[in-house]
Amino acid sequence: MWLLEQADAVAALPEIVLAVLTLALLMLGVFRKSDASDVVTLGALVALAITALLVIFAPDHQALAFHGALMVDTFARVMKVLALFGSAAALVLSVSFMKRDGTQRFEYPVLILLATIGMMLMISANNLIALYMGLELQSLSLYVLAAINRDSARASEAGLKYFVLGALSSGMLLYGASLVYGFTGSTEFPEIAAHLTKSGATIGMVFGLVFVIAGLAFKISAVPFHMWTPDVYEGAPTPVTAFFAAAPKVAAMALFTRTMMDAFGAIQPAWGQIIVVIAIASMALGAFAAIGQSNIKRLLAYSSIANMGYALVGLAAGTQEGVQGVVVYMIIYMIMTLGAFACILAMRRKGHMIEEISDLAGLSRNHKGLAFVFSMLMFSMAGIPPLAGFFGKYFVFLAAVKAGLYALAIIGVITSVVGAYYYLRVVKIMYFDEPKEAFEPMDGEVKLIAYASGAFTLLFVLPWIASPVIAVAAAAAKSFY
Amino acid sequence: MEIGLSQYLTVAAILFTIGVFGIFLNRKNVIVILMSVELILLSVNINLVAFSSFLGDLVGQVFALLVLTVAAGEAAIGLAILVTYFRNRGTIAVEDINLMKG
Repeated sequence: MWLLEQADAVAALPEIVLAVLTLALLMLGVFRKSDASDVVTLGALVALAITALLVIFAPDHQALAFHGALMVDTFARVMKVLALFGSAAALVLSVSFMKRDGTQRFEYPVLILLATIGMMLMISANNLIALYMGLELQSLSLYVLAAINRDSARASEAGLKYFVLGALSSGMLLYGASLVYGFTGSTEFPEIAAHLTKSGATIGMVFGLVFVIAGLAFKISAVPFHMWTPDVYEGAPTPVTAFFAAAPKVAAMALFTRTMMDAFGAIQPAWGQIIVVIAIASMALGAFAAIGQSNIKRLLAYSSIANMGYALVGLAAGTQEGVQGVVVYMIIYMIMTLGAFACILAMRRKGHMIEEISDLAGLSRNHKGLAFVFSMLMFSMAGIPPLAGFFGKYFVFLAAVKAGLYALAIIGVITSVVGAYYYLRVVKIMYFDEPKEAFEPMDGEVKLIAYASGAFTLLFVLPWIASPVIAVAAAAAKSFY
Repeated sequence: MEIGLSQYLTVAAILFTIGVFGIFLNRKNVIVILMSVELILLSVNINLVAFSSFLGDLVGQVFALLVLTVAAGEAAIGLAILVTYFRNRGTIAVEDINLMKG
């Protein structure tokens, strides 16, 4: 008897290949006498590219692996490619930064790869055990990444805060999972769904559902489980923050969507109202709390809280259009965020990173291109048409309106107007304030990511970019129906 | 009185609550927080094993074993981060974790 069935191996091939390559790179880093960080970083990028190709060219039909533990469908494949892309871009952003800082270590790319394997498992998870194991593989790697700069008091404090609150949220998720298992008699999503269709939601079941939602809401940093986000974003090194803001959010959102739609789809009214409340709270807090911030990384932390609120609007609708909106939103959000962090990585004077928003003053006169890209990204995040961010919001609000959630859509539009204030303040400081000293020139690869992201947001309205993105999201949303 | 499922669930719920309160009310030491996290995970294990026995389904016990393994890894990583924190700040008192606020 084969230890690994062929069908399982084919369905889980990208994960298996990535895991083997990661361990090989770890060995390479450990056994090489000289500093191996360059080789391992390059190898990690190659590994991510190979995995992405395996995901893209996998057979295009729904497949289950390991007795239904992992589900590979179009939704999973789209989100996996997105997560792999986000990890690779964050890794590219880190190279020059770490070299200049003198903190480059081969463990860094290895940890990013381990977190990425965790994300892929999360995206594919089709039972509660796979959900928990994937989530923990990702989270444990992220805790270490937050504190990777171990000589910095702020980074280790960020790591400690992230760890304590992350462990608490995993515990809550797990407690909820144990109740769901107990009251439905199975950990498999399809069987949970079948049980719920047959006998509806019992009190114990709803109790478990609430705990599961609390744990998942923490991972996407939705209010009221957002308190770690600003501190971790500020304390962690900037490339690590860029990574936190991009790929893990995509994976956690995919996991959230799959758990709600696949396992708990039958009791949509029960979780729909919880998601509505979480979405409103996230959008409002993200919009209002960001106003007083002076640190650009904290500002983006609140911005990402608000963005998760908007993505949840699509999920709250609980329809095929809602899921399509979530996928479109996450694609656009990830590309905008990576671009914004690439711009922040350019904020360097006399060899030191600076993070105050006021330091951006007069950027338009010293660095015309960078200022233009950054202001396009800010306009896009504020949701001003015809930039990409507008279309992300358009699709989720459209889904909410079609599902009859008028109040939610109206509150969303109002908070996005409030949010526009702080995005536009950044633009105002860049274009109209007295110029300060110029920044050091940007690194080539950071510049590439910033400009590519700027071009994407600016040109999204063109049919060559918009229609494939929307078509892919529609195909992904179809997997649930 | 016969000890049934509800007794086990009550014990687990009490342990879980103690764990959560241990994290939020404790103002002294980060080690206590790590212990509270372990308590939460162990309360989940009681739940899982009780349900597994009650349902006559082994998956719950498999889940409990996996949770135990992850808990060990989590404790190791938590302590490692705590050591780097202590080296930088010279303290692990909860009230001193305040470099960043806002």
